[in-house]
Amino acid sequence: MAGDAHGGSHGGGHIMPVYMLVFTFAALIILTILTVLVTRVDLGGTLNLSIALIIATVKAALVCLYFMHLRYDRPFNSIILGACVLFVILFLGLSTIDTEQYRDEIHWRQVELSRGP
Amino acid sequence: MADIAATGGHAAAHELGHPSHVQHHFDTSAQQFEASKLGMWLFLGTEVLFFSGLFCAYTVYRFNHPEIFAYAHKSLSVFWGALNTIILIASSFTMALGVWCAQKSNRPGLVICLILTLAGAAGFMVIKAIEYNEKFQHGKLWGRLYQPAQHDDHAADDHAADAGAADAHAAASGAAHGSDARPTDPAHGAAAPAAGHGPSAAFQPERTSLAEPNQLPRGGVKLSTLTAGGHDKGHGGPKPADVHNEHIFYGIYFCLTGLHGLHVLAGMVVLSCVLVGAVQGRYHAGYYTPVDLGGLYWHLVDLIWIFLFPLLYLIH
Repeated sequence: MAGDAHGGSHGGGHIMPVYMLVFTFAALIILTILTVLVTRVDLGGTLNLSIALIIATVKAALVCLYFMHLRYDRPFNSIILGACVLFVILFLGLSTIDTEQYRDEIHWRQVELSRGP
Repeated sequence: MADIAATGGHAAAHELGHPSHVQHHFDTSAQQFEASKLGMWLFLGTEVLFFSGLFCAYTVYRFNHPEIFAYAHKSLSVFWGALNTIILIASSFTMALGVWCAQKSNRPGLVICLILTLAGAAGFMVIKAIEYNEKFQHGKLWGRLYQPAQHDDHAADDHAADAGAADAHAAASGAAHGSDARPTDPAHGAAAPAAGHGPSAAFQPERTSLAEPNQLPRGGVKLSTLTAGGHDKGHGGPKPADVHNEHIFYGIYFCLTGLHGLHVLAGMVVLSCVLVGAVQGRYHAGYYTPVDLGGLYWHLVDLIWIFLFPLLYLIH
């Protein structure tokens, strides 16, 4: 019993092969360099932003799947993260839609900043 | 024996040598590990939601005022940001390696990996401190503390006599009323870039003409129109006329990176505790839950920075 419970598998824990970790690390570094380089090319603000966010999402997915072992974990952990991300997207999306609705009615003024004594 | 433990449950497991690290309300080590991990993921989920409030502020302000972000982000150094990204990713990698070492009962390897991870965290904080220090030195802060360009510090107090005031107020009050607008003093314009960089004088008249009167409150603007271009470390241009309220960018920047920095510090505390346990030899292939959970936290810190870096430093 003791041998079983202690066994190399740790029950549920998945052991990631080291070469997978190295590949993930290399991919993350390459994507970081890529995202810096892409910024130097003018593709229009929206496209630049989209590319930067797509690269960031891919990097985040790599970290989650391999560094955080989500790919080999019980699916419930992924569901928790996925649900949170879904709600974040809803939060940001609805906020954007909302602010767009009254965008033209707000008269932004330059704030007067006063100096201290 | 395994069969008995599985079917006989907790009591049988105890009799048959319940491992010391398994608490009495868990049947097996694996069950305890999965339960701990589930709890950790729930916590990480709340962390993601916690940060989403600040990301929402970022989204709304950037949506409404892309020009503030496009201009103000130039004061951030892409080099430091990219270096920090790489440091954080590398420390995430060493952390993942550390978990692997723990799974293999490789104690020296685990200790080395944790030390490397902590070193990465410390390096990140040092670079962040360098960046923050530069922002503080140049007054590029949030709200009222936003007082860029030190050489203009006396401008608002003594605007009548000082040439710098003429420079500053020409843009503000000139557009507002035209009453006390002064011609731009070329001498000051030459002196300002002497501190380093931007040809602010050359762009002063344009700013004056482009500023919209209805955007300026009565009484003039003391600070916001002061050029911030002079301290952009060379890669910023003169401030465009339609950019106001850059302090909003710095407010969001400091909130996001500050909260993230606090998480880095918290991660350092957590990993230090794990390191102590690792040195004492508490973790092995059968029990490495704290290593794994500490690692998950550290990866989350990395995850957030992966989004912060392009959003704050790489604005086109």
